[in-house]
Amino acid sequence: MTASATASKAGWRVKQPSIIPGFGLTLGFSLAYLSLIILIPIAGLLWRTAELGWSGFFAILTDERTIRALYVSFGTAFAAALINVIFGTILAWVLTRYRFPGRRLIDAMVDLPFALPTAVAGIAFASLYAPNGWVGSLFMPFRIAFTPYGIVIALIFIGLPFVVRTVQPIMEEIDREVEEAAATLGANRFQTIFQVLLPGLTPAVLTGFALAFARGVGEYGSVIFIAGNIPYVSEIAPLLIVIRLEEFNYAGATAIATIMLLISFAMLLVINLIQAWSRRRYGNV
Amino acid sequence: MEVRINNIRKEFDRFAALNDVSLNIASGELIALLGPSGSGKTTLLRLIAGLDFPTDGKIFFGDEDASHHSVQDRHVGFVFQHYALFRHMTVAQNIGFGLKVRPSASRPPKTEIKKRVSDLLDMVQLSGLENRYPNQLSGGQRQRVALARAMAIEPRILLLDEPFGALDAKVRKELRRWLREFHDRTGHTTVFVTHDQEEALELADRVVVMSQGKIEQVGSADDVYDRPQSPFVFSFIGESSHLPVEVKDGTVLFQGEPIGLSEGANTAGDLFFRPEDVVLTDESQALSGKVTACRRLAGTRIAEIDIANNGHAPFHVEVEVPLHAPVELGAEARFRPTRWKIFNK
Amino acid sequence: MSDNRRTFRNPADESLVTKILLVGLTLVFLAFFLFLPLVSVFVEAFREGWVTYEEALVEPDAWAAIQLTLTVAAIAVPLNVIFGVAAAWAIAKFEFKGKAFLITLIDLPFSISPVISGLVYVLLFGSASVLGPWLKTYGIEILFAVPGIVLATVFVTFPFVARELIPLMQDQGTGDEEAALSLGASGWQTFWYVTLPNVKWGLLYGVLLCNARAMGEFGAVSVVSGRIRGLTNTMPLHVEILYNEYNMVAAFAVASLLALLALVTLALKTLLELRFGAGAAGGRH
Repeated sequence: MTASATASKAGWRVKQPSIIPGFGLTLGFSLAYLSLIILIPIAGLLWRTAELGWSGFFAILTDERTIRALYVSFGTAFAAALINVIFGTILAWVLTRYRFPGRRLIDAMVDLPFALPTAVAGIAFASLYAPNGWVGSLFMPFRIAFTPYGIVIALIFIGLPFVVRTVQPIMEEIDREVEEAAATLGANRFQTIFQVLLPGLTPAVLTGFALAFARGVGEYGSVIFIAGNIPYVSEIAPLLIVIRLEEFNYAGATAIATIMLLISFAMLLVINLIQAWSRRRYGNV
Repeated sequence: MEVRINNIRKEFDRFAALNDVSLNIASGELIALLGPSGSGKTTLLRLIAGLDFPTDGKIFFGDEDASHHSVQDRHVGFVFQHYALFRHMTVAQNIGFGLKVRPSASRPPKTEIKKRVSDLLDMVQLSGLENRYPNQLSGGQRQRVALARAMAIEPRILLLDEPFGALDAKVRKELRRWLREFHDRTGHTTVFVTHDQEEALELADRVVVMSQGKIEQVGSADDVYDRPQSPFVFSFIGESSHLPVEVKDGTVLFQGEPIGLSEGANTAGDLFFRPEDVVLTDESQALSGKVTACRRLAGTRIAEIDIANNGHAPFHVEVEVPLHAPVELGAEARFRPTRWKIFNK
Repeated sequence: MSDNRRTFRNPADESLVTKILLVGLTLVFLAFFLFLPLVSVFVEAFREGWVTYEEALVEPDAWAAIQLTLTVAAIAVPLNVIFGVAAAWAIAKFEFKGKAFLITLIDLPFSISPVISGLVYVLLFGSASVLGPWLKTYGIEILFAVPGIVLATVFVTFPFVARELIPLMQDQGTGDEEAALSLGASGWQTFWYVTLPNVKWGLLYGVLLCNARAMGEFGAVSVVSGRIRGLTNTMPLHVEILYNEYNMVAAFAVASLLALLALVTLALKTLLELRFGAGAAGGRH
């Protein structure tokens, strides 16, 4: 699309007129780059899946190992996101409301999972939570590493900043007057938190949950070291894609990838719906 | 409910926001706390509510010492400046909140809450909006929801912090009249904070004028306007000018000359007068200065007059002159206050 | 009378006991999920002393991995900077139909599993594809070679710069540019002298995050690289190989370099946020 294509119909324009130059160049380049890097490769994946046909697709998806791998990925991501919602919300509260030594450092460190390469996190967690590791040995004979619990541990690490960084700005905006109003109306602190503050945070918490969950489902690097990767038990879906690829079973890899992709899109849609709903009802996110 | 405030002191980080403040509020009264920002008026309101606690002093509700009661136990209705409505609750849920959070022993049944909410909505003339969310309401409507919510708990007193501050001029006037009627109908002891003197004088039974953490004067609109008791009140309420004067042998002297006014005791201080309490005169014993500007103000005319001050910056006063009076820019004007007050230095 | 102070607690505040409990809880949580894993990386790396640590890093395969990682980042980051600036210009300075959809597409790689990001290129350039064998006849290798690694890295780091710049440039509006143009500046001059200085800290912030992810990417790169030692092995992949060979000290030594990179990234990011406020840090990631 170029700037010359703008005024195709009177009264209906693709682009509002502007004296600023460069629309055609920048949008054209952006779309071309986006298509080459993202859209065409993804379209290729979907094309390959379409070639499988419904029966081929379903045969792969209903394979016991695929089902178990998807179950492990979704189950552990769900559990981790749930734990992150609880601790992430508390952490965001502590960071916004309380002043204590080291608060700044902790605030900065919350982003560590964004910055630390997943493989590094993976081997660190694996050695730490292994039966002979610092933490793992504390919990023996209950085994954390090399079980689905280990996957949950790694995914809590990965998902934490998504919840904190979504909830924190909304908490900072809470007007103290609202809490004081609840108190003048007779609400105790517990009622104020659970009936006034937390419901107001629901859209942000849900968004944080969805982001952490979506990231957890697709996570690979931090999980494979601690998971143990036992088929049917602690084998995650992304690992199964890699295994299928190494077996040159492209059809298998493609089908699993497609179903995960579709679920990612669904999550994206859910997140947008939450935000739109929240904007409509409360006036902001 | 009668409220007594005894020798209240409130410090924030050793800065005294309120200093030895005492005030008696009669049952059913409508009181305005009026003052510039930083005068401590909002602090006083929050202390009455129990949102802050005094460093020193006591607050009585009737005969009960409320100083140590938490905000929840005080049963005050508080309307916040920005209303502080719960944005995830509907209008009805907002209004019913205070009843819903009561301990189960004193909580009314659901049907009763519903009825009370609908009665309150009637009272604030918002029936039909119970299922709206706050952000779907206008400013004036939010204000009334906040008031209904505060009234739902059957408060012993009603406290309003700058109730009209966030509204535009027209809505503000309407709501002002409406609040007065509302008060007369319900008879609640009501205290509101404002920095708008017009609002305070028009609405309140008594006005509490505050400055720098102290009460300057308490009285009716007539009292504070016609009989100001301090230089601050004189200059804060209405328009006024002041000049340094001396009193000797019953005569008021300005720059050593008599100006045709008499006063009892010998003293030195500031002579305060309002623009409308001035007559133009030809007599020699009077104030005189040069007219520097003249402006029309509704039915009258205001002359700005500079009085020479021995080479220092001139004294600047404002004087109301009759529309037909011969006042020319740059000309000499002689005038004398008809009502005035001298405050000692 | 001074006992007033003792009994008072602001109604919008928790009791001191509650505060201490909540802060304590978050500190324990963070100890297990952030601090211990981070510390363990360095402890494991130096377990056998400085000399062993140094040897692990100068060993030829490790050295090659370091060089490859730097090369890949040096290509991928500038590409995404150009895209980010172009996309932000088009999106922030003009009003056109489909803008919201375009932003969603740009965010897409955030919600796709890294393994799938690699897989799409395997399907596009692999031996079973049309493109791969055709390019091979011209001697061009994409898969299991540096170009594939670069492509996968570009894919996963695609949104970082654009994500920072778009909200920042939208906030700044078009007033400055219109003023510059009305004073006779050309489009390029306007961009260089007006727009770019306005967003330079936000751009730096985006580059920082983009670079951290580019150097640390594991899943996507692992799928396309073929893990040929000394040739297509990036640092994160090298960590995995060493770890799987039970060469723990060497694995953690290489990992410690990546962890250091993460810490430097976090420190610079915090510094930018402190100095330039939330304005420099518009986006979520």
